[in-house]
Amino acid sequence: MHVRKIIREIRKVGRYLGNYGKFYREGKTPIVLLTKEENLRNKSVRSGKDLGFWGRQEQRQIRTKMDLNMDLNAPHSMGTTIIGVTYNGGVVLGADSRTSTGMYVANRASDKITQLTDNVYVCRSGSAADSQLVSDYVRYFLHQHTIQLGQPATVKVAANLIRLISYNNKNMLETGLIVGGWDKYEGGKIYGIPLGGTLIEQPFAIGGSGSSYLYGFFDQAWKEGMTKDEAEQLVVKAVSLAIARDGASGGVVRTVVINSEGVTRNFYPGDTLQLWHEELEPQNSLLDILNSPSPEPMNI
Amino acid sequence: MSNSVIEVPPKGGFSFDLCKRNEMLAKKGVNPPSFRKTGTTIVGLVFQDGVILGADTRATEGPIVCDKNCEKIHYMAPNIYCCGAGTAADTEAVTDMVSSQLQLHRYHTGRESRVVTALTLLKRHLFNYQGHVSAALVLGGVDVTGPHLHTIYPHGSTDTLPFATMGSGSLAAMAVFESKYKEGLTRNEGIELVTEAICSGIFNDLGSGSNVDVCVITKGGKEYLRNHLQPNPRTYTNSKGYSFPKKTEVLLTKIIPLKEKVEIIEGGDAMEE
Repeated sequence: MHVRKIIREIRKVGRYLGNYGKFYREGKTPIVLLTKEENLRNKSVRSGKDLGFWGRQEQRQIRTKMDLNMDLNAPHSMGTTIIGVTYNGGVVLGADSRTSTGMYVANRASDKITQLTDNVYVCRSGSAADSQLVSDYVRYFLHQHTIQLGQPATVKVAANLIRLISYNNKNMLETGLIVGGWDKYEGGKIYGIPLGGTLIEQPFAIGGSGSSYLYGFFDQAWKEGMTKDEAEQLVVKAVSLAIARDGASGGVVRTVVINSEGVTRNFYPGDTLQLWHEELEPQNSLLDILNSPSPEPMNI
Repeated sequence: MSNSVIEVPPKGGFSFDLCKRNEMLAKKGVNPPSFRKTGTTIVGLVFQDGVILGADTRATEGPIVCDKNCEKIHYMAPNIYCCGAGTAADTEAVTDMVSSQLQLHRYHTGRESRVVTALTLLKRHLFNYQGHVSAALVLGGVDVTGPHLHTIYPHGSTDTLPFATMGSGSLAAMAVFESKYKEGLTRNEGIELVTEAICSGIFNDLGSGSNVDVCVITKGGKEYLRNHLQPNPRTYTNSKGYSFPKKTEVLLTKIIPLKEKVEIIEGGDAMEE
């Protein structure tokens, strides 16, 4: 029994060494003995399914002791709603604007739809840092690719670059992306690249924590060959429904419409969105009190 | 006995092995010594002519205040300043490092530094260390493209905002900003609002205290108002002041000037190729 205890201690320490998750996930330890409890724990680490999205995230955090600081030291994540929808002639991308650190809203007006090239945009969700860096790298690679190719990059190339980075670094990254754009060969296209790094071309894609509430809605409401206005209205309605039900989504709705003519950005402030079940009209709202006319902001 | 051992793959980059070991030790109850943090309130806002940054001046080591008047607004470039919250060593090291990189970049390009340059350098560095460099920064400055204000989180994500707060007192300061901020503030209104936000952090957050530092950056230049407000004066002071008795007796004072070994010619000939 004494020997077994020592072996277990060695193995426990051994599991924490090593850089990459896959080494201890594959169980490459010198000693094979496992108690029942540790076997179960091992399984849950490997699959991550039992823990769910937030459990997985907690695994990666360093827990600080002070409760006051715990939430503010949590990695900046975008519990989000992101949507990409094709229509006849192009695509419409939509997102909410809330970035949270734990339970605090770090940025209530963030822009989650970032530009990769003139005609390709990406909606980011998951860890803010990871998604910002991935999109920075892909923007850089696409710029090089455009110069070498001599013509605008296609949406498929952009999506594939994102997929390569996401898949090859899947142990380190935690980001779900939706790439959408227009090119002259295929027209408007939407590609979803969720957590593990799969690449899937879809007529519409939803992502983020708020998307759980939209699967049924899209099954019913999406149809082929919508017009630009129908598609945009659908996206705005969907994001506002998700904002109503998901705590981690909120703020304003931003949309980007990409077609052969170019790119249009739109902005729908929270108070212009439709009210859903049990939502009340604002009374004595600060938005009315504070919206007094103010001087022009600085222009250089 | 199988020979397979956990091997660290031979790649470059930062090795996080000790971080995992530290986590395991912490779970067992063995904690590392508490390091000096700036449990802080730092704020920034964009006003009519530029950017105003504000910070409190308390540095803590666990529950003890180790520095009652530290400087949290760090110099990055003549037109860019950065407030830092989190571990004091991390914020100072990171801002010093990026400030030197910006100076070298200025020599290379011959132009004034841009705020986005500082932003990208900081964010790349922090992302590479995956949040273990615990530095949360508010970066503000004015360059040829206009006034900019950014927040940078320890994991490397950034936000661009018209007003921002960071640190343990950020919630208190943000409450003040959310109710009183509007676009196009004048210089005095801006300084007043920043001071108010920092004061609300100082009085309502245990990790912030002492005095208020303010830094105003405009196209014309910058104005660093160190200890702009001191709402926490020392309650009891000795009216006679302090006089420490001299303990060591001086026996002999002798000054020997160093002989010059090399003759220095001012403005000699230029070096030949």
